[in-house]
Amino acid sequence: MTLIRGRRILAGAMTLVAAAALAACGSKTTDGNTSAGVAADVSGDTVKVGLLNSLSGTMAISEVTVRDAIMLAIEEINAAGGVLDKKIEPVGEDGASDWPTFAEKAEKLIREDRVAAVFGCWTSASRKAVKPVFEKNKALLFYPVQYEGLEQSPYIFYTGATTNQQIVPGLDYLKAQGATSLYLVGSDYVFPRTANKIIKAYAEANGMKVLGEDYAPLGSTEFGTITNKVKSSGADAVFNTLNGDSNVAFFKEYKSAGLTAATMPVVSVSIAEEEVKSIGTQYLEGQLTAWNYYQTTPGAANEKFVAAYKAKYGADKPTSDPMEAAYVSVYLWKAMVEKAGTFDVEKVREASDGITFEAPEGLVTVDGATQHIAKTARVGKVGADGLITEVWNSGQPITPDPYLKSYPWAGGLS
Amino acid sequence: MTTVARDPVTAADPAPAPPTRPAAGPSRHRYRAAVGFAFGAALLFAVAPLVLSDFRLSLLAKYLCVAMVAVGIGLAWGRGGMLTLGQGVFFGLGGYAMAMHLKLADAGPGNMPDFMMLYGQLDELPLWWRPFASPWFALPATVLLPMAVAFVLGSLVFRRRVRGAYFAILSQALAAAMVILLIGQQGTTGGTNGLTDIQGFFGYDLDDPVNQRMVYFIIAGTLLALLALARHLMQSRYGELLVAVRDSEERVRFLGYDPATVKLVAYVVAAGMAGLAGALFVPAVGIISPALIGIVPSIEFVIGVAIGGRATLLGPVLGAVAVAWARTALSERFPGTWTYLQGLLFVVVVAFLPGGLASLIGLARRRDDGEPRPSRLGRFRPRRREGAA
Repeated sequence: MTLIRGRRILAGAMTLVAAAALAACGSKTTDGNTSAGVAADVSGDTVKVGLLNSLSGTMAISEVTVRDAIMLAIEEINAAGGVLDKKIEPVGEDGASDWPTFAEKAEKLIREDRVAAVFGCWTSASRKAVKPVFEKNKALLFYPVQYEGLEQSPYIFYTGATTNQQIVPGLDYLKAQGATSLYLVGSDYVFPRTANKIIKAYAEANGMKVLGEDYAPLGSTEFGTITNKVKSSGADAVFNTLNGDSNVAFFKEYKSAGLTAATMPVVSVSIAEEEVKSIGTQYLEGQLTAWNYYQTTPGAANEKFVAAYKAKYGADKPTSDPMEAAYVSVYLWKAMVEKAGTFDVEKVREASDGITFEAPEGLVTVDGATQHIAKTARVGKVGADGLITEVWNSGQPITPDPYLKSYPWAGGLS
Repeated sequence: MTTVARDPVTAADPAPAPPTRPAAGPSRHRYRAAVGFAFGAALLFAVAPLVLSDFRLSLLAKYLCVAMVAVGIGLAWGRGGMLTLGQGVFFGLGGYAMAMHLKLADAGPGNMPDFMMLYGQLDELPLWWRPFASPWFALPATVLLPMAVAFVLGSLVFRRRVRGAYFAILSQALAAAMVILLIGQQGTTGGTNGLTDIQGFFGYDLDDPVNQRMVYFIIAGTLLALLALARHLMQSRYGELLVAVRDSEERVRFLGYDPATVKLVAYVVAAGMAGLAGALFVPAVGIISPALIGIVPSIEFVIGVAIGGRATLLGPVLGAVAVAWARTALSERFPGTWTYLQGLLFVVVVAFLPGGLASLIGLARRRDDGEPRPSRLGRFRPRRREGAA
């Protein structure tokens, strides 16, 4: 009897599925892009923007500072009268260091809150997760972190560095210093793996040797083996793409193995002022970093930014490159909207080309074709005070080239 | 491992035994089940699509996928006593199988998925991707692949009488291993990014809200079908044997049954359900990544089941949906502090309602007829059949 009943229920459920599927046949993929997008709600005297950062989970320590910088820019803009006479109303969501959550919250911001733009994301995985959401809904994302390049979405503005504005200049610097061999250490995820592919192609074309390449899982604190391999390789320099906590363990291990900045310098691309503080200056002093902005970068715009940030969040809080890029992204969006005269996404995109802003890092220009930003590359050295001072810069902003098309050695990469 | 498993401490881990609940009359039972299913179907197929916006409905679709995994865990853990802390593996196998097919379908015949060219620099599709181009391979694989893995693992483990914490640890290790494997093979698996940006679902454009609704209906229907299957299994002789194995494996063995086979069936069925859930999760959410199948999500699946009431039919489903919904609602309402609230909620439920939310129904019923009826834990009870007594 139970058998029959079970089957009957099963059959009923199946019929329902079939009926529902038949009743609800939408457009085919061959119909082309059918989604109309969701227009931002700008009917009131405020305009909503979404802030999408991880406030919990492993990425929170970094992403909260980005959120703070975005809030600072919004407050400043509101105090100066807002955008197109509308005050900006921030709607915050927690991405929780979880990529599908990022996608869910992005969709919520766009469809439920009907924000005019979203600022945020940090890891490449989170950006890849939300990219289809923004493209589907024809909404704007401003992504403020340096990344591995090889991407160009019409609905994302990349205000951090792409590879030819950070990694390639870092390598140029090492080459100029006479380094002929490298050791690559990175966290096991997309950015380090892709960055290392680019580094290897560069090394091959420039007569440098890559003596080893090692990855540690995100969050790993076991670096004994890797450090020993680095030491016995005798490389001229180490290129470090480790992210987060792993850096603490790596640099402690590095120092205890007797390796120093003088004998084998480490160039890091994910260590900014905030991370220097948590790793400990004694382990990092003299080591190199490659970014576009440091707290010590000279200029009136930066003095103002640093002073405002410290006044709002505390005198002991450093400012860093991703924070600056996030802060700048809000101002760039404002400039684009004002040039377009509307919050309409397509018009804002059209207006973006050539927008300039006197940023804390210096003058930045939006490149409308790639939707990246022309930025000055800066190599810095960690000082005893935990701040990073510039030892080299590219002299002028570097035009973004996310697919490295203008570099012959990168031909096979994309 | 064998020596560990034969350790007398692990061999005897009977769950605390709540008193047997007197069985309801068979006719009343059946009537209630039919009404329950009709009510569930009406709620999922009529009320939800009318009340919820497109966005909320797509969230519900996601919750229902988690609920499918929960139905399987309810069977394996609640009824079978196997604490499966690695269901993410099976969810992932199903999800990746489906996503691989959809990525290949998006790319079109002869082309490679976008990420392979970016990260892998491969000249041609890797061999193990090729069969997934065919829906006739990929679709059955979403269920059969996880079941096959569960079968191999289960055959090895249950025969050696690996139980309790050792089984839980083993299933977790499997989840961790799978994540490391996927991340390491970035060129062919997408690494930490996973497989994203899925455009079409068997020719239907997933951007279209109408098609999203269709995906929701398929998911809701599948969940109901899985519930019917689980109910059928629980009510059958096999279901009673499973509960008996959970409560006293040795006694069942002395009666002449093979407990390993009994457990294997539940484990394999649960894996198949998780695989199906993973496969349907992909069109509903548009992403599958290692972050969805590792240790943490695997534990989260179990938390939902524990909160709902693991040994009941509906408890796991309600618990999974409630936890997922609370996660969304709390994180939207309190972006800064929601993780604390979620933790507090878990503690409160586990401390004050150890039988899960489903035991609330028991409490309510006890108030109704004044008869003490503690939580419904699906105890082994003599079979009552019409005409059989």
